[in-house]
Amino acid sequence: MERSVADFLAMGGYAPYVWSSYGAWCVVMLANLAGALGALKAAKARARRRFESAASDDGGERS
Amino acid sequence: MATWTWFHRLASPPHVYRISGAFLPWLALFTALFIGYGFYGGLVLAPPDYQQKDAFRIIYVHAPSAWLSMLAYVTVAVAAAVGLIWRMKVAHAVAASAAPIGASFTFLALLTGSLWGKPMWGTWWTWDARLTSELILLFLYLGYLALRGAFDDRARADQASAVLAIVGVVNIPIIHFSVVWWNSLHQGSTVMKLARPSMPGSMLWPLLSSLLGFTLLFAALLCVRLRAEIIDRERTASWLRPIVGAA
Repeated sequence: MERSVADFLAMGGYAPYVWSSYGAWCVVMLANLAGALGALKAAKARARRRFESAASDDGGERS
Repeated sequence: MATWTWFHRLASPPHVYRISGAFLPWLALFTALFIGYGFYGGLVLAPPDYQQKDAFRIIYVHAPSAWLSMLAYVTVAVAAAVGLIWRMKVAHAVAASAAPIGASFTFLALLTGSLWGKPMWGTWWTWDARLTSELILLFLYLGYLALRGAFDDRARADQASAVLAIVGVVNIPIIHFSVVWWNSLHQGSTVMKLARPSMPGSMLWPLLSSLLGFTLLFAALLCVRLRAEIIDRERTASWLRPIVGAA
């Protein structure tokens, strides 16, 4: 049952369908990962700006 | 008593932020292991199917995507219901975080299904019950996300989108039983049925591994998105200060 690399890649003639399925999965999951990590980074940046503007507002009132 | 303590702690944003971070490395590790074995077993170890030959190997990415499209939707609906009933902000955050991930798995289920349908059925698409109800699921996700985006006020977005998510859950049993209730080009269940699964172990174990791996991947992505949602919802709560690096 040992298959050559070429046979494996050919997928019995179904290569375009099989490999585009797995390729699409890779692309969508990388996009998912980038989307999630990007959302977290953006949320942290927004919160940091909120804290900083709150701090400068306090400073303004005191002076 | 202990159950209620546990439930109340799940309502605490700092607690959920902390545990979702603690779970993440483990989720990432086991996601890689289970999907790694699932894809290797499916693409290399499993023999070609006697009817579909090597084209059947699409099942290892298609079926888990379809499973996640439904599991993620149920997650959204249940979390939204908990958020409405107990006015729990964290639950609404879970619903909002799960939806975009679920939408991506639904898109993948449709795309890989199409790539499998073409060589097996001779068509990319057909308006049959299984395919149509799965397409409706994608529209439900997109409607849910669009509805959330239409509100400036987060609390109102939570409530309106929760109602949509809960009503839409009726589509989930329709998707699952569509191949039983209607004549369909789509094949019946392989794993999720009362009788023994209709696959030999060499094909089945990688599929189960892939199903579990996709589920863990969903949980990992959910943890990251949930943390982002919690930060946005907590505004300027003091516990966020060190986390976001504010002085």
